[in-house]
Amino acid sequence: MIEAIGERRFWVGAGGVGLTLLAGFCLAAFAMLLASAAASSWPPFAYLMRIFVFTIEQAVLSTLLSLLFALPLALAIARRPDFPGRRFVLVLMILPLGLPVLPAVFGLLEIWGRTGLVNDIGAGLGSTSRLSIYGLSGILLAHVFFNLPLAARLMLKALERVPSDEWRLAASLGFPRFSLFRFVEWPALIRVLPGIAGLIFMLCVTSFTIILTLGGGPQNSTLEVAIYQALKFEFDPARAMILSLAQLALTAVIFWLLRLFPDPEEDRRGASGRPFRPDARPVRALLLDGLTLGVFLIFVGAPVLAIVIAGLGSNLEGLAADPKFWQALRTSLTIALSAGLLATVLTYAMVRAEASLPARSAPIRLLFRFPEFMLLIPPLALGSGWFLVLLRFGMADGAGPILVVLINMGMALPFAARIIAPELATHLKRTARLSASLGISGFARFRIVDWPVMRAPLLTAFSFAAALSFGDLGAVALFGSDNFITLPSLLYASLGSYRSMDAAGLSLITGVICFLLTLPSVRLESARLGEDA
Amino acid sequence: MRGISLIFATAMAALSPVLASAQTLTIYTYESFTSEWGPGPKVKAAFEKTCGCTVEYVSLADGVALLTRLKMEGGATKADIVLGLDTNLIEEAKATNLFAEHGIDTSGVTVPGGFSDPVFVPYDYGHFAVIYDTQAIKNPPKSLKELVDGNPDEKIVIEDPRTSTPGLGFIYWMRAVYGDQTPEAWKKLSRRILTVTPGWSEAYGLFTKGEAPMVLSYTTSPAYHMIAEKNDRYQAAEFSEGHPIQIEVAAMTRTENEELARSFLKFMISPDFQDIIPENNWMMPVAKTSTPLNPVFDKLVHPKITLSMAPDESAKVRKAYVDEWLAASGK
Amino acid sequence: MTPEIKLDNVTIGYEGRRFVYDLALSGGGIVAVTGPSGAGKSTMFHLIAGFVSPDSGGILLDGNGMSGKSPGERPLTYIFQDHNLFAHLDIKTNIALGISPRLKLTPEQRSEISEALAKVGLAGFEKRMPQALSGGERQRVAFARALVRHRPFMLLDEPFASLDEDLRRAMGDLVVELQRETGMMVLMISHDRQEIARIAGRVIEIRDGRISFSDSRDMWLTTRG
Repeated sequence: MIEAIGERRFWVGAGGVGLTLLAGFCLAAFAMLLASAAASSWPPFAYLMRIFVFTIEQAVLSTLLSLLFALPLALAIARRPDFPGRRFVLVLMILPLGLPVLPAVFGLLEIWGRTGLVNDIGAGLGSTSRLSIYGLSGILLAHVFFNLPLAARLMLKALERVPSDEWRLAASLGFPRFSLFRFVEWPALIRVLPGIAGLIFMLCVTSFTIILTLGGGPQNSTLEVAIYQALKFEFDPARAMILSLAQLALTAVIFWLLRLFPDPEEDRRGASGRPFRPDARPVRALLLDGLTLGVFLIFVGAPVLAIVIAGLGSNLEGLAADPKFWQALRTSLTIALSAGLLATVLTYAMVRAEASLPARSAPIRLLFRFPEFMLLIPPLALGSGWFLVLLRFGMADGAGPILVVLINMGMALPFAARIIAPELATHLKRTARLSASLGISGFARFRIVDWPVMRAPLLTAFSFAAALSFGDLGAVALFGSDNFITLPSLLYASLGSYRSMDAAGLSLITGVICFLLTLPSVRLESARLGEDA
Repeated sequence: MRGISLIFATAMAALSPVLASAQTLTIYTYESFTSEWGPGPKVKAAFEKTCGCTVEYVSLADGVALLTRLKMEGGATKADIVLGLDTNLIEEAKATNLFAEHGIDTSGVTVPGGFSDPVFVPYDYGHFAVIYDTQAIKNPPKSLKELVDGNPDEKIVIEDPRTSTPGLGFIYWMRAVYGDQTPEAWKKLSRRILTVTPGWSEAYGLFTKGEAPMVLSYTTSPAYHMIAEKNDRYQAAEFSEGHPIQIEVAAMTRTENEELARSFLKFMISPDFQDIIPENNWMMPVAKTSTPLNPVFDKLVHPKITLSMAPDESAKVRKAYVDEWLAASGK
Repeated sequence: MTPEIKLDNVTIGYEGRRFVYDLALSGGGIVAVTGPSGAGKSTMFHLIAGFVSPDSGGILLDGNGMSGKSPGERPLTYIFQDHNLFAHLDIKTNIALGISPRLKLTPEQRSEISEALAKVGLAGFEKRMPQALSGGERQRVAFARALVRHRPFMLLDEPFASLDEDLRRAMGDLVVELQRETGMMVLMISHDRQEIARIAGRVIEIRDGRISFSDSRDMWLTTRG
């Protein structure tokens, strides 16, 4: 990219500083973990194997189920470019993106738990056995709840990129439904399916809160949870280290495999226009699609509704009178806003720096894409390392919150990069030469050219990162204490005790705040989705 | 005369904030102790009346977590009193070198099987037992072996031995009955385990919510429901192999607040504290109480065989047994 | 002014190809730059403008060496095929940036903007946004900006490619008029023979990475046309 020398130096320098700090933060954690490999024992091999296998097993099943159920949904929506309530369905597909995990788990328990709606209906109908949400079934349920909409969204985008001429050709050749699928829809989908599967798989392998709350014991533990327990329960740094390394190895492999496949989100500005879908008209098709949509609406909508209803019916005044609630709220907001700000600034610096580097220095450019690589560093491993650092050098009282901020920031980087990088790339492509030819550079350029355009994506990234931090349990599970509480840690505690009234109110409030924070990203995603609608 | 009393009273009033905020006693304990329905608040109120100090609780998930936290904090710990370890843990606790000898007279303390230690003072005891919901289970297991071999559809909630003393106690229980066959027994029992919780509170909460018809708890747990809820729906299952006894203990650290900590330990075995235990911690007292126990306590299961292990032995095998559980808890 | 441009054995190589330019032009007027696709026309423009640096050789504009000078420091206005305007800024600001990259303008400079807009037939368009303008109008704004910059050189990198026949003619006429008024040297890449015949004074032809013809338009029409 063409720009003034001074400007290039500034951005590469800024990005370099950011990169150094970030890499240092991560390396310190791992160094500490390695250094702590003292006399302590390896985990029993059977246990390690079990955990490893379960981590992969639940991720594979979650991915398959999510894809399987997302397929009919995506097909149904794709062939009906407009029907009453389409916008609403699309919003519902994006909604779980903005829902924090714990409140969602609460909602799922209200519907699917032992004393939840489904079992109550079943009992009312005379069924004697009650389905249990603990263990693998609960984990799969929660993972599908979050990832089915994601998979459906990405599949829908792929289907909407099919050129309208192809639909017309298929119709003019008199394709029956199955041939349509075989020759038009499937080829469009198969291109993105590996990428989607890889993404969901990665998300499930690194999932923490869901496994923690619904797992139910060592037979249903994944590596992330095992790391946490090795540190918090057993206080065994060596064990935590071994588990962290195992997790890192696993995510590295998945990450590398992911990069072999095309990114399901790229080329969002694909073709289109309305597809010619005469196969959508028959009554049977209407019923089928209607049923699919209905099931989806209930599956995603019911837990959300449960959160709202239970929350409104709970003792909200009691909650408002509890000083612990306000303390947790203040802490959560402070941490979330800090983490969001840091993540955004750091990501921008590094993305911008990468743009400033000449195309030839590919290895160095790769370094500046560190934010994306954060996806493969397990947050619990990072937390464990720093936990041990603090222990060694004295656990200052303020250190806990700071570390939670930094770890949350790290977790948010890949998402911030996903939001900022494409927008910045497009923006620079459009304006870099013009700015250079007019001699606009330095701070003036940032003020006049870059900021007005990048302001919206930066704000989106900021709010998404803040929402991620606000709803996170992982980091605060390690560093929390009696004095350091956040809304999720409070919610987790109340989910555990039999004071489920508190859980309802807390779920609602946490859920609403998180959702408000993710609104800009929801709008962005919605715009990207509904471009043709 | 009146003038002097007046001056004295005023002086006391003026000084009392100073006196009251003189000292804080920090007690590390587990959260079911400090919860609203637990003995914590009452203990705090009772002690503060006589000591002229402030009691502050730091609560952990359960007993084993207490030990872990202390190991973590080391010499920098703020704890004056650690309340909630049990006899299985005292050897490891002593090895941390954080505790001081209590030096108080514990002759009034009686626990089944006897207990005496220069550092640790018992404050209550109980027998572990599986509690079941009589509405859901018509045929409760009559032995640990029946529990292990029983119908997998009738679930039990247990606690994690890495954090919880009942959880740890259960590990020793299994070992006592099965010896080297324990791993196979774990595999069988796994199918009945609904979930494993970090602490007693969560487990009991799940049980009372109806998530599972059985939970690992104490023989004294039904007393709560019978007295406070007038309900005998929940009962303890008596096992033919016997039940482990748990003696819960407290100790003082090498704190600067020596006098205050010592006086708390003395208070702990006095009727003022022991009165609170039966109907707030739902365990058995270790010393004289001012009034006799509620007759409901007679209706409870009183195990004919008590299982116990010498503290130094249990310390040696703890990690091995827990690792064995970790390894065997697969399907 | 008497604009002078000299390319002294300027060479650059990339993607396995070599480009060598030797050129000396003097005086205002419209110089058409033509040749087959990929021959090296845009490359030459990028070298003159400073978007790429030559491997060897010197580029002189009005006798001054341009090596080491960033694009903004060179005495020229570059008009791209597209993206000549910042989409988020209004027309007035877009032109103003041509005068001062920091948007610090004197009152005289500010009034110049309106005059320039009038000259290109867009009087009153100051507050409008680029999206609201047609393709042709957007290019005219670019020309307005060229006017207020008062640079001796203007490089047109196929700016009319996306416009229809009539609009091209009108734009061509506009270029002629602007050149007449300012006396600058206009280098214009074009494939349109009629356009070249109509408005160019001189023609440069580039083939296989080198300048194969540099002479008057009439000469080009007779020998190559």
